[in-house]
Amino acid sequence: MSTVEPEIVLRARDIARAFPGVQALAGVELSLRAGEVHALMGQNGAGKSTLIKVLTGVYSPDAGTIELSGKIISPESPIHAQELGLSAVHQESHLLPNLSVAENICAGRYPRRPWTRGGGIDWRETHKRARELLAGLGIDLDVTQLAGGLPAALQQLATVARAVATDARVLILDEPTSSLDADEVQALFALIRRLRDKGVAILFVTHFLDQVYEICDRMTVLRNGKFVGEYPCAKLDARGLVAAMVGREVANAERTVTQAPADAVAKPPVLAAKDLSRRGHLKPMDIELRAGEVLGLAGLLGSGRTELARLLFALDERDSGEISIDGQVADLRGPADALELGLGFCPEDRKHSGIVAELSVRENIALALQARMGLRKFLKFSEQCALAEKLVAALGVKTASIETPIGQLSGGNQQKAIIARWLATHPRVLILDEPTRGIDVAAKQELMREVLALAQGGTAVLFISAEIEEVVRVSDRIMVLRDRSKAGELPRGSDEDAVYAMIASNSAA
Amino acid sequence: MRRLTQHALFWPALTLLLLLVASSVFNPSFLSLAWRDGHLFGSVIDILNRAAPLMVVSLGMTLVIAVRGLDISVGAVVAIAAAVAALMIGGNFNASGEVASKYPLWLALGAALAIAAACGLWNGLLVVKAGMQPIVATLILMVAGRGIAQLLTGGQIITVYYTPFFKLGNGFLLGLPVALWIAALLFAALHLLLSRTALGLFIRSIGGNPEAARVAGVRSSAITLCVYTFCGFAAGIAGLIISSNVKSADANNAGQLLELDAILAVTLGGTALTGGRFTLAGTVLGALIIQTLTSMIYSLGVPPEVNLVVKAALVFAVMLLQSPEFRALITGLARRGAAPP
Repeated sequence: MSTVEPEIVLRARDIARAFPGVQALAGVELSLRAGEVHALMGQNGAGKSTLIKVLTGVYSPDAGTIELSGKIISPESPIHAQELGLSAVHQESHLLPNLSVAENICAGRYPRRPWTRGGGIDWRETHKRARELLAGLGIDLDVTQLAGGLPAALQQLATVARAVATDARVLILDEPTSSLDADEVQALFALIRRLRDKGVAILFVTHFLDQVYEICDRMTVLRNGKFVGEYPCAKLDARGLVAAMVGREVANAERTVTQAPADAVAKPPVLAAKDLSRRGHLKPMDIELRAGEVLGLAGLLGSGRTELARLLFALDERDSGEISIDGQVADLRGPADALELGLGFCPEDRKHSGIVAELSVRENIALALQARMGLRKFLKFSEQCALAEKLVAALGVKTASIETPIGQLSGGNQQKAIIARWLATHPRVLILDEPTRGIDVAAKQELMREVLALAQGGTAVLFISAEIEEVVRVSDRIMVLRDRSKAGELPRGSDEDAVYAMIASNSAA
Repeated sequence: MRRLTQHALFWPALTLLLLLVASSVFNPSFLSLAWRDGHLFGSVIDILNRAAPLMVVSLGMTLVIAVRGLDISVGAVVAIAAAVAALMIGGNFNASGEVASKYPLWLALGAALAIAAACGLWNGLLVVKAGMQPIVATLILMVAGRGIAQLLTGGQIITVYYTPFFKLGNGFLLGLPVALWIAALLFAALHLLLSRTALGLFIRSIGGNPEAARVAGVRSSAITLCVYTFCGFAAGIAGLIISSNVKSADANNAGQLLELDAILAVTLGGTALTGGRFTLAGTVLGALIIQTLTSMIYSLGVPPEVNLVVKAALVFAVMLLQSPEFRALITGLARRGAAPP
């Protein structure tokens, strides 16, 4: 790298943007330099997506300026931003699967035949342009192939190629690697390096710390919508980065992986999984859960927490791995099987996969138990009422009556009712994915108390939360995930710093 | 007032009321009822009687749509059930000059309903096990079913002479048409099924939020099978009522386009075609709206050749009245017009 500071292509100053009830961004700075890959880092909700949407014209900022090569711009839409030289590629590839690669790349800018030759699209020229573009980027691809038939990685490469086809000076890559495996990531990185060497300023957003150190030159860290700082990657190690993202100093001491106490090991695990994996979601890992313990699952967003939970409950198909219950291999083919074997799962997305909004609190609570009893044995109305009344009282669900549609309850009370649904089945293993998300502090406290009481009653609880502090407080054992694989385990009594240290360990370049 | 207009049944009920008012304007004796021969007589009773098969089919359709499906084969199933019943009953003059049924009446009705339910099960299997899209899966039976019915009847209209069978479509019980009783009974049974059985709980949870139902461990494929089977069964009942009413089975025309009327009735009643929230009572209102419309067109003396166009125009108007977007547009325009310049 030359000693001359590279030219700043894009500079965003003092960007602010508010949504009803939330200040998503305030005083955010971002400078992208030609020929550099710049990482945008921050936890879930830090404002990364909002910032990208402001840059690409999806949202207009409430305050602040965006300069492109020294000129102030105000993109009005992603297409306008693209015309200005600012392209973005999002998490999932957005190629049209039923069009060819060339059609995708030239979409909206098809070369036309002169009217003397009948007008219309000049296909030969379309294919030639697409071929030249891809060749220039070192991508070997048949441009007449349908995009939908390509593997995810090639689609991703073609999407990037399309984004730079308009001579983009700034390229924003929003979580481009989240569904790629290691080799595919390398192919994408090769392309990114090539673009960087051509002088494109690249903004790279990811949750994978090691990828940041592999490809990026500089990073900007956001926290709670505020600008924390801009650092050269060489000057901020992974631990410092995690500390900047979560907003607290992480202790220097490296914690070692500790085995669980011997007496707990003596009991056979209620739920054990070996070599559990799903391509693009979770790398092979083992997990064991014992009766009466709370196993905390910690890791950054995208580290594979939810993916692991979904595989254990057979909500997604696993590519490899064996799940056993009480030491016996279980034939888990779907959530209904998991339910029959005594598992329970509170999903993270309450609205989408938890509540049935139109049904009453009573019916929502009775649903899983009834599903386990099947069609023939019906939980009588009076039994449902008794069950719902009991659990509503026990968990302190605030509702006008058990006949109120659950959609009318507040988030915390909906969450409690969903937990009640699983308590009604007397599960041997209960997986709680982000049970405290989006609920107020008091409700959180009550929920955590419930979790502990549940474990005392002999249930094995898998507790997943993005808030490390909560995980540390309730867990008997903490399993730390990083980049979709297991980073290690920590014993009861470990503090948050130990968890952060483990998240950050081994990811420094 | 606001709560009233936001009730799910408000707009369908208002539509029906407007149609009834309009009918009685065109035909002053429309609302009059008379007691004759031990039962009620009048246009309204007529409409209720004629709407019964549509109500029955639409109730089955409501459940299918609620679990995010569709069944366009119900018209063909109506024809099959009618053909089976007519063939098994037929009617021969026995030695004493009386008409007798070929098979016992209960057996004929039971067989027709069983075959109709089997048709529904077939649809369900195609959707659940073969993973076909509902409209395509049921399209197969929609086409093939009418062919099967024609095979059964040999392409002829089978006339039934056995009088006890006519009670279903023409008889009266306690002063009201038997067909209406059947529809009402089915409605009540479904209402109980949905609110008081495990199956009902599952159907409503799948309709409300399929993903949440799956996560809660509901095996939705079995439930979906049940729902399609029931839809076929309901079409079978309608087939019996219709063939009893016309005292014959016409494989070509029985239940023709009934699937579209049924889908329309479900939609008019306030159930979205995308599934989710559904209302049985709304569907009943929807079926009544359609039948009232049809009767109104006949009583207005609209020439048969423009009949369909008039019906389409009226359906269009009704759908506009029920469209929240359209109402918002109208109220918006009205407000802008009323505001000072």
